[in-house]
Amino acid sequence: MGKVLMKGNEAIGEAAIRAGCLNYFAYPITPQSEIAEYLSRRMPEVGGMFLQGESEVAVSYMIFGATACGSRAFTTSSSPGISLMSEGISYMAAAQCPAVIVNIMRGGPGLGGILPAQADYFQATKGGGHGDYRLIVLAPASIQEAVEMVMTAFPLAEKYRNPVMILGDGMIGQMMEPVEFPDHLKTEPLNNDKWATSGMDTRKSDKNNIIKTLFLESKPLEDLNIFLKAKFDRIRREEVRYESYNTDSDYKTLIVSYGTMSRVCRTVVDNLKEEGIEVGMIRPRTLFPFPGKAIRQAAEKDTCKNVLSVEMSMGQMVEDVQLCVQGKRPVRWYGRCGGDIPTPEEIIDVIKSL
Amino acid sequence: MGKTFKKPEALSDKHTHYCPGCTHGIIHRLVAEVIDELGVRGRTVGIAPVGCAVLAHNYFTFDFQESAHGRSPAMATGIKRVRPDLIVFTYQGDGDLASIGIGEIIHSANRGEKFTTIFVNNTVYGMTGGQMAPTTMPNQHTSTSPYGRDVKNTGMPLKMAELLSALETPAYIARETVLKPKYVVKAKKAIKKAFTYQVENKCFSFVEIVSTCPVNWGLTPLESLKWAEDNLLPYYKLGEYKIPE
Ligand SMILES: Cc1ncc(C[n+]2csc(CCOP(=O)(O)OP(=O)(O)O)c2C)c(N)n1
Repeated sequence: MGKVLMKGNEAIGEAAIRAGCLNYFAYPITPQSEIAEYLSRRMPEVGGMFLQGESEVAVSYMIFGATACGSRAFTTSSSPGISLMSEGISYMAAAQCPAVIVNIMRGGPGLGGILPAQADYFQATKGGGHGDYRLIVLAPASIQEAVEMVMTAFPLAEKYRNPVMILGDGMIGQMMEPVEFPDHLKTEPLNNDKWATSGMDTRKSDKNNIIKTLFLESKPLEDLNIFLKAKFDRIRREEVRYESYNTDSDYKTLIVSYGTMSRVCRTVVDNLKEEGIEVGMIRPRTLFPFPGKAIRQAAEKDTCKNVLSVEMSMGQMVEDVQLCVQGKRPVRWYGRCGGDIPTPEEIIDVIKSL
Repeated sequence: MGKTFKKPEALSDKHTHYCPGCTHGIIHRLVAEVIDELGVRGRTVGIAPVGCAVLAHNYFTFDFQESAHGRSPAMATGIKRVRPDLIVFTYQGDGDLASIGIGEIIHSANRGEKFTTIFVNNTVYGMTGGQMAPTTMPNQHTSTSPYGRDVKNTGMPLKMAELLSALETPAYIARETVLKPKYVVKAKKAIKKAFTYQVENKCFSFVEIVSTCPVNWGLTPLESLKWAEDNLLPYYKLGEYKIPE
């Protein structure tokens, strides 16, 4: 199959099918409702299942039930909907269910707006729901990358038995770009006979499986958390993904930026290069695990005098950048919110004023 | 002579955590007997609520999932939609089903999800210490209605079987109790019917069981049975409310 011109939301839906996920539960919310519209048409064509749940709360438990019994399932939503799902996401993290959740972010807080934003960075990477848990968070910067990330999300979730979130923004969902779909993945989830409540007959076993998240005594609960921490540490070691741009140059400023925002920053790097000003960029492709080591090393380069986190938020990722730079260089933030995306000119002015 | 009475295979050997006089044990047994009789233990998934029955998975010998407070019907929906061959039931208290989870149960029933709900109505939040529930009777004393439930401020007790029966979608809906042996026999029949409709892939099925909570009611087990019969059964009328065509 060659390249097709497709809207981001629809491409995300198609990518899930090609990842072998034929179960989709969702509740409509702008700017990602086209995923549900697309899959409500497409799932019956491929023998899949789509159910529009009565709320995001209910939807999060539908995918909890579906993944707990050993099937692939996913949902998509946008910021306020993800807040409602956060209870269920915490339960799925505790029960180690490999669900995939797409957040096509819009502006907040509250009802916010329907324009693109990156205001849910904290929610996605630091919790959102209660308890000590992490999601694996993938941040696509193009529709092609969104497709590839959706297709890696399912095997990744199953490998670690952990929910994975694709953190896009309204721009990724709404724009159209040429996209080429990789081949279909094998459609069966990893062997889950040890834990899934798939029915004893299904597993040809006489041992029943129990999925639980309540541990009334301190020891088993601490043991679970120690186990989860070891898993998150392994994810930190093995799953960091990022892209470096113009980091071979003698840059004075290092930009850290992800998703749609990083595309504007790429233009900034190119335009300043023409003026003879070198700027490097690290683009995290995973927000958890965060590419902290790569950013620190890039910041420590002799020529580098300062680090700038550019975000479509009032400064969230900047805290992780500060943490990993460890005070070795000044770290600044620049961002806009409400739906206006910082322009190259604005960012260039900021860099020149540093 | 062969055995005439034995523990159902679907029931485990674990010691109960339920309080003396609590009716959960009877209801668990009825569910286990029905699972055995229908021969579906190997493809059954139970869903434990948040409430006293959160530990129900200890007492059965088939797959079980714990839910969050009130969300069991959504979980059951998720399982049934991706694995229609499994036999799925939720087992919920009245705080779980009639308060925090009322949206999930209404929509599951209205979509005609093919799972079974066992709804144990003891008129209080048992697990958290006997607070008022939407099903608490007028003037009933609980730990958050110490002067008795004031229905002018809190409304009348919710009748879930009647409420769900008002939906147009076909369903099996019944209310029974286990306060006396004669009621237990009828409750078993209703539970068996409910699961049978599911096995036949016919409709959503729901059995409310009027139950007791001696510890939180501040009564002995025997007094509780009598109090429930005198005060609950006139309001929560027993019988079949809806049968699918
Ligand atoms: C979201 C949430 N809110 C509150 C609680 C606390 N809680 C645990 S059990 C329970 C009430 C259960 O009452 P009911 O459903 O009537 O079941 P019973 O314990 O009487 O069997 C509550 C409020 C919780 N676990 N989760």
